[in-house]
Amino acid sequence: MIPRRTPLALFLRNPTGVAGLSILLLVIAGALLAPVLFPDDPLDMVTRPFVWPLQDAAYPLGSDSLGRDVLAGIVHGARVSVLIGFASTVVGVVIGTLVGATAGYFGGRTDDALVRLMEVFQTFPPFLLIIVLVSITEPSVATITLSIGIVSWPTIGRLVRAEFRSLRERDFVLAARGLGYSAARIVFLEILPNATAPIVVTTSVTVATAILNESALSFLGLGDPNLVSWGSMIGAGRDQLRTAWYLAALPGAALVLSVLSLNLVGDGLNDALNPRARGR
Amino acid sequence: MMPQPLLDVRDLFISFGDTAAVRGLDFTIRRGETLALVGESGCGKSATALSLLRLLPPAGRVVRGSILFEDRDILRLREKEMRRLRGGAISMVFQEPMTSLNSVLTIGPQITEAIRSHDRISARVARARAIELLDLVRIPEAHRRIDEYPHSLSGGMRQRVMIAMAVACRPRLLIADEPTTALDVTIQAQVLELLDHLRRDLSMGLLLITHDLGLVSDWADRVVVMYGGRKCEEAPVETLFRSPLHPYTRGLMACSPKLASDLFFRNGRLPEVSGSVASAADVAGCPFAPRCASALDSCRNVRPDAKPAGHRDHLLACPVHAPAEHALAFG
Amino acid sequence: MSRVLRTLRRTAFQAVPTVIAIVVIDFFLLRLAPGDAADALAAEAGSATEETMAALRAHFGLDQPEIVQFLSYIGNLLHFSLGYSPLYNMPVSRLIGERLPGSLLLMVTAFSLALVIGIGAGVVMSAFAGRFADRVLSIIALLFYSVPGFWFGLMLIVVFSVWLGWLPSGGAETIGSGLTGFPWLWDRVRHLILPAFSLSLFLIAIYARLVRASMLEVRDQDYIRTAKAKGLSNRVITLRHMLWNALLPVTTVAGMHFDAILGGAVVVETVFSWPGLGRLAFEAVLKRDFSVLLGILLLSSLIVIFVNMLVDLLQAWLDPRIALR
Repeated sequence: MIPRRTPLALFLRNPTGVAGLSILLLVIAGALLAPVLFPDDPLDMVTRPFVWPLQDAAYPLGSDSLGRDVLAGIVHGARVSVLIGFASTVVGVVIGTLVGATAGYFGGRTDDALVRLMEVFQTFPPFLLIIVLVSITEPSVATITLSIGIVSWPTIGRLVRAEFRSLRERDFVLAARGLGYSAARIVFLEILPNATAPIVVTTSVTVATAILNESALSFLGLGDPNLVSWGSMIGAGRDQLRTAWYLAALPGAALVLSVLSLNLVGDGLNDALNPRARGR
Repeated sequence: MMPQPLLDVRDLFISFGDTAAVRGLDFTIRRGETLALVGESGCGKSATALSLLRLLPPAGRVVRGSILFEDRDILRLREKEMRRLRGGAISMVFQEPMTSLNSVLTIGPQITEAIRSHDRISARVARARAIELLDLVRIPEAHRRIDEYPHSLSGGMRQRVMIAMAVACRPRLLIADEPTTALDVTIQAQVLELLDHLRRDLSMGLLLITHDLGLVSDWADRVVVMYGGRKCEEAPVETLFRSPLHPYTRGLMACSPKLASDLFFRNGRLPEVSGSVASAADVAGCPFAPRCASALDSCRNVRPDAKPAGHRDHLLACPVHAPAEHALAFG
Repeated sequence: MSRVLRTLRRTAFQAVPTVIAIVVIDFFLLRLAPGDAADALAAEAGSATEETMAALRAHFGLDQPEIVQFLSYIGNLLHFSLGYSPLYNMPVSRLIGERLPGSLLLMVTAFSLALVIGIGAGVVMSAFAGRFADRVLSIIALLFYSVPGFWFGLMLIVVFSVWLGWLPSGGAETIGSGLTGFPWLWDRVRHLILPAFSLSLFLIAIYARLVRASMLEVRDQDYIRTAKAKGLSNRVITLRHMLWNALLPVTTVAGMHFDAILGGAVVVETVFSWPGLGRLAFEAVLKRDFSVLLGILLLSSLIVIFVNMLVDLLQAWLDPRIALR
């Protein structure tokens, strides 16, 4: 079985972390299976408008003002959130790790310059910058992913830099340098594997933030116009708040669940990987 | 007739979770005297001190026993009454003055709050009293120092501030838990001299907790030697140093270079008490038995009680080394 | 106080290069934007001839070389001018100036709410650590952290405005009501509650968790034991010795999330039709008015720098151990 004290074991013994992971896996499964479960375009009008949830067995979550299936929309919306959430996090983690590792390992003027760069990027209010970037280019999955990624890398960059700065002085690094290993090799093969813990923990929070950002973006109508996403459903439901409030509530609930699950997983990972830093 | 003791501790049992830290401790302190509680780290002396103010950490519990302060059992008091005692009748000075003072407040409020929690006086009067206290503990330029932060004072001065806080309300019992361990040797004597002076001035009982026998010989009236949560020996200070009876006490004295000063140059190894501090929970009999050169089989099974040996004030918990004429007392 | 002044000088110095970088990037983004003022005006008007476009460009200085445009941009900034919005037909700075107070009011209220509720919750949670109250509040905090502000705002409108009818669903005040004095104030407050609360959710969660952890750490410190040994009451110990020390990490975090509030204001103001910069930014995006949009971006970045400086100063004032670093 899994050895008792490894991070994986610690994580699996944390009930909230496991609960979060279960929900998350459910969401991801929904996202992956969307084309199987709901093969038609969720933007198709399939029934009469404003069917309330739990009224029609064929449409358990009802329909919207144009007669579109809410459940199909939510499941397809999961695809968008998961896709953009994870993709933009990959972008952010890659850029952040590269910049942070370089700054932390080399120090000196390189470090000063890169720190300044991170500071500048962190000064822009993230959501505003995303809006600006997306509206300068045209809204599409690619531009949204890149914009969110550009906004998220400085946090990761700082973290990686701090880790590298402390790991740089350790004996195994000095040994590697003494053996004449190139900087790239030391950074990627020696230090990076030891620095993964905080990166992993931050990843789940970054994905959560990315999903929130994407939903806010599509709520405002700045999302990809060809896709249904939870934010766009909430935005559309806003006009029917008085009569059909479930149109805004249900996608939002899905959103809350997904983000909550990511936060729970993040907390669980934090407890498992940083037992010293655990609160009481 | 003997005056009523200020503090009378009987059969004190303290445990931390499953581990027993203090196992049946008795001692008394009279008004105006200095009792030294001596032992290595882990022998339970700090736990004892904290229990006198009921300040044990959450894991610690007084399992059994009574602590009579002026004939009231502290362990039975309500928390509100306990708070009145703390800082008012019984005070404590801790080992680490840097971390024991709040670093974001100046010295003044930290002293005045001690005063005002026991006396209803105005802030102005309290501040004046605080300055007097700082003078009393011999801090120069008290009226300026009172507005400074702890981190701008030296270690010795911080400890004096702690002492000032502790004696602010004229306590009857002052507990000093390793008050000079964290200080330079040169400052140690000054701080202890101050404590002694205050004791006489304010007629306090002073419980001095230390592992340093040199301090004990200079400043204590009576000594209790602890090992493994139990009392091994108790005697007036001259008696103890002149004729220590318990093997552990003897070992401690031999280890201390200052006391062996008549042998100024030793041409050999510094004597040590072999072994390490045993967990007090492990041993059924005498806690020192595993390390004792003169231990008998019975020592490991029968827990020795402290009984008079020779001098009536000299108590010893060791059947092996009791003076011959009293061997019969250990049946 | 000199400690504070020294910190002020140091942080102001360090902020200068960042400000320059932000201005440059802002200009760069402005130039990247598709179309320019002339295109926007032409689109508004329906169409325009080549000559009109050329004349417009010349009028707005858009046909100058890049570097000249950059220098005039800087020059404008130094005169506190952020350019001209062809669509609103007024200087951008005046436009922003009209909407700024609304946003400031909203953000400051949200911030204060978050501080009060968050710190209070954190203290309660630490006092009952591990027990029922703590667990319940921790779950609520986690929920607040996971909920998007705009959706929560919508749900609040559903409950308090549609169902209960207690609070208005949008705007900053009841227009044309002619209220004065206390009724006017009360009307403003009623309009402010829901949006400020929606905006503050995220911060409440962060502060509550942070204060809880901080208080628990402080509780085990030696000076708390000393305070108890002095016979002080629990209330004095908690409020005076523990809280002050526990709030130090809060000040670090306080500034860090201010930019999230600025971003959150965009959606919250839109949901509640609040007259502020956030909604202005949204309108500017819809109308492709990039001079307004980037003016808002620049201004809010400067506000973030300013707030960070304030936080540094606050920390220097609170913690006497922070001297010259």
